[in-house]
Amino acid sequence: MKKIRVLIAKPGLDGHDRGAKVVARALRDAGMEVIYTGIQKTPEDIVEAAIQEDVDAVGLSILSGAHMTLFPRVTKLLRKRGMGDVLVVGGGIIPPKDALELKKAGVAEVFGPGTPLNTIVDFIEKNVGKKPDVAG
Amino acid sequence: MSDEATLKDIERARREWEKRTLARSLEASPERSGKFMTTSSQEVGSLYTPSDNADLEYMEDLGFPGEYPFTRGVHATMYRGRLWTMRQFAGHGSAEDTNARYRYLLEHGETGLSVAFDMPTLYGFSTDDREAEGEFGICGVACASLEDMEILFEGIPVDQVSTSMTINGPAAVLWAMYIAMAENRGMGSEVLRGTIQNDILKEYQAQKEWIFPPEPHMRLVVDTIEYASEHLPLWNPISISGYHIREAGSTAVQELAFTLSNGFEYVKWCVERGLEVDSFAPRLSFFFNAHSDLFEEVAKYRAARRIWAREMKERFAARNPRSWWMRFHTQTAGVSLTAQQPENNIVRVAIQALAAVLGGTQSLHTNSMDEAWAVPTERAVRIALRTQQIIAHESGVTSTADPLGGSYYLEWMTDHMEEEAYRYFDRIEELGGVIPAIGKGFYQREIARSAYRYQREIERKERVIVGVNAHITEEPEVVEYLRIDREAERRQLKRLKRVREKRDSRKVRGALEGLRKAAEGEDNLMPPILECARAYATLGETVETLKEVFGLYEEPLVY
Repeated sequence: MKKIRVLIAKPGLDGHDRGAKVVARALRDAGMEVIYTGIQKTPEDIVEAAIQEDVDAVGLSILSGAHMTLFPRVTKLLRKRGMGDVLVVGGGIIPPKDALELKKAGVAEVFGPGTPLNTIVDFIEKNVGKKPDVAG
Repeated sequence: MSDEATLKDIERARREWEKRTLARSLEASPERSGKFMTTSSQEVGSLYTPSDNADLEYMEDLGFPGEYPFTRGVHATMYRGRLWTMRQFAGHGSAEDTNARYRYLLEHGETGLSVAFDMPTLYGFSTDDREAEGEFGICGVACASLEDMEILFEGIPVDQVSTSMTINGPAAVLWAMYIAMAENRGMGSEVLRGTIQNDILKEYQAQKEWIFPPEPHMRLVVDTIEYASEHLPLWNPISISGYHIREAGSTAVQELAFTLSNGFEYVKWCVERGLEVDSFAPRLSFFFNAHSDLFEEVAKYRAARRIWAREMKERFAARNPRSWWMRFHTQTAGVSLTAQQPENNIVRVAIQALAAVLGGTQSLHTNSMDEAWAVPTERAVRIALRTQQIIAHESGVTSTADPLGGSYYLEWMTDHMEEEAYRYFDRIEELGGVIPAIGKGFYQREIARSAYRYQREIERKERVIVGVNAHITEEPEVVEYLRIDREAERRQLKRLKRVREKRDSRKVRGALEGLRKAAEGEDNLMPPILECARAYATLGETVETLKEVFGLYEEPLVY
């Protein structure tokens, strides 16, 4: 079976990459191919990388609080570039109310602090390749 | 510390105890776990006795508080004389919003200010730069020009209150704005007290708020240290920080070793510049994390003081005892806060703050219970501050210096961490020193490995985190949290526009050009940066000028 390809990306300015790196490594250990962008990527950089790397899923990590501006921009740009079927998930310091809104904007799931790594692995394995429930 | 014959007796008695009492007890009920370990995965034995401290020489290794090697504290009276500075890191939204929060904190008994800047400011962008979009005022306050700095400190007696600024890449620029703000209020820079973090090495290693490549950044750091030693004798021009290294996932030993080795690197650069070690070393300050493993943390602070004193005295030949002492700020561990059952964080913070106090900290920030969700509400901040006050006035631990000193376990741990730190110093040396090790991704690899191991231990339940992998409740979390007023961003953008319009643009251009010329040469950059601040050049303009000369840094990607 083809390996799931995941882009782990850090939009926004914050340099808190602990979570992104731990998740990247867990997905790799779970047999996925993982590409990590490094910090401070714009939504445009991230979508470009997703296209170049032909990924099945994009994991966005942000701890600066700019998620409400930057996550929806990634999902919108992906749709615009014909990559609307890419599974987008997010994590970081994201209050529950914001998480609900992000889901409406096409982020399939938001993983807050304390989420077990297996939960993230399972979610990606189960949902990759499925059309997102929410249309843009 | 005991004589050899006594130690032999103790050893023998211990073996007897193991055979007789311990074995029987284990038979009746085995231990809860096959392995007991600290937060940093250091294995811990079942009991410590004088034989675990056999090599400890009281006078040489511990001594007395206020004297070399300062293991027991930097002041003779410790908290009997003066309590630590209760300094809550704060900043959000616009300068007006944060000014109001500072006044609130000072009214509630806080004794020093600590500025949190927003992400664009931390990277040297002005609020109206494209890169700043969506980031205004969330993690801290935006400070894009001298005018923002003036509003931020309006009505606050900056000649009496000490101000700590968490700023690194553009530290020199924000510091210049602070100095210019005081000048405009008629104060000389020599009265100003405070700290700029200005620790760029740990940015490459852990926190990632760099701008330029390491060499020009190091030059700027040395420039600020030199400038402070001449013009701001009460200012700490650097706060050498382990906090972020630990938050990024390191162990306590890595935090200790990397921080100290960064400290030595700054001293080396300053000495190479031609500065006399005793002219600047007394103003070097430190910043550590406080995690929940109480003894491990206390041992870390004690080991740090001892190593620093020894190396400053012996390796760098400092003669002034103030060059030997390590003064440090502590913040409780942000990463230890759980989003689940947030009230439990009050207890975690209390234990961590207690560790910092038992470890002899000079100032302390206690995190608020709601910070796994967002920047804290006023109520949460007040509880965090009250936690410090309860430790100070009710716990009794402030009545005597180094109250845990002499604990067999603690002294063993202190020695052990010291040894491990020296092992790291050797490895860094083998890699060619701190900056080459950064280029090779050494720190990032070490830290990422520890972070992953820690996470796996939680997943496998080798490590219990209450509310996360045990004692879970299914209730949805109801948290009140602070929302940033978007109106503040519009106000800030308007203000910035007005600043650009009303300033003398010829003066701004002249100051920026002066800075560029100085950056191309070798002179100290503080005077031209101050000229930029006085002319109301924006943060973005000033940093951009330096970028054109110094270039940008790209990190090696390691996970």
